[in-house]
Amino acid sequence: MSDLATDIDSAVRTVLEEHGRLAVDVASLDAEADLYAAGLTSHASVNVMLALEDAFDVEFPERMLKKATFGSIGSIAAAIAEIQDES
Amino acid sequence: MTTPTLQPQRAASTSVLVGVDLVRVQDVADAVAAFGSRYLDRVYTPAEQAYAEAEPRVRAERLAARFAAKEAVVKVLRPAEQRPEWTSIEVVRDLAGGCDVHLSGLAAELARDAGITGLAVSLTHDGDNAAATVVALRGGAPGLSQLREAAQRATDDALPASEPKGTS
Repeated sequence: MSDLATDIDSAVRTVLEEHGRLAVDVASLDAEADLYAAGLTSHASVNVMLALEDAFDVEFPERMLKKATFGSIGSIAAAIAEIQDES
Repeated sequence: MTTPTLQPQRAASTSVLVGVDLVRVQDVADAVAAFGSRYLDRVYTPAEQAYAEAEPRVRAERLAARFAAKEAVVKVLRPAEQRPEWTSIEVVRDLAGGCDVHLSGLAAELARDAGITGLAVSLTHDGDNAAATVVALRGGAPGLSQLREAAQRATDDALPASEPKGTS
């Protein structure tokens, strides 16, 4: 994993710890672990999205408003990287 | 003598879809405190915000019930890919004191593509929780009053019956 990818992964985990209200310790989750199975609710995913926008100074486009985008730490990190590449 | 039996009349091409969602009121209050207007404007229409703010004592409850309604609608629409924006699903008060749900944008497209001809919503909140049930009729002629009754029954069943329920 590159330094940039590591930074994104770390920041995503921090946001999830603060806003995800997960039933498990975020640090214990694999990057591909199912966040919904870990307790992420639809309402908490809104908070996570807004907190990610603050943390990375980005805005999630409509096309990324799908359940799969917030399905894992890896999918969130990939979405952030994609938004950053486009801007 | 044979006893007549009543059979529900049902058109072969008609089906009913049901969505239900439960939201913690405190989670909504926390989101408003943390993100303010960014959260409100992303999720709720101006009319929904105005209705909630008209009664500050139950503002979070009203918002939570509306969020539950939006998610219940999404469960009915079952988007395969992109989900509708939250503001494209709007809960509005009707003249009789109940609630209706209005769709626009992608939500309206998904409903049309799914053949949904009628939609009814029922909201409730009680203590820490708010809930909503959405009943959709797919195909056939919409029987709105029947859908509303079905949504109300399902929502009443979602929360304890022994305690009073708030006005959503």
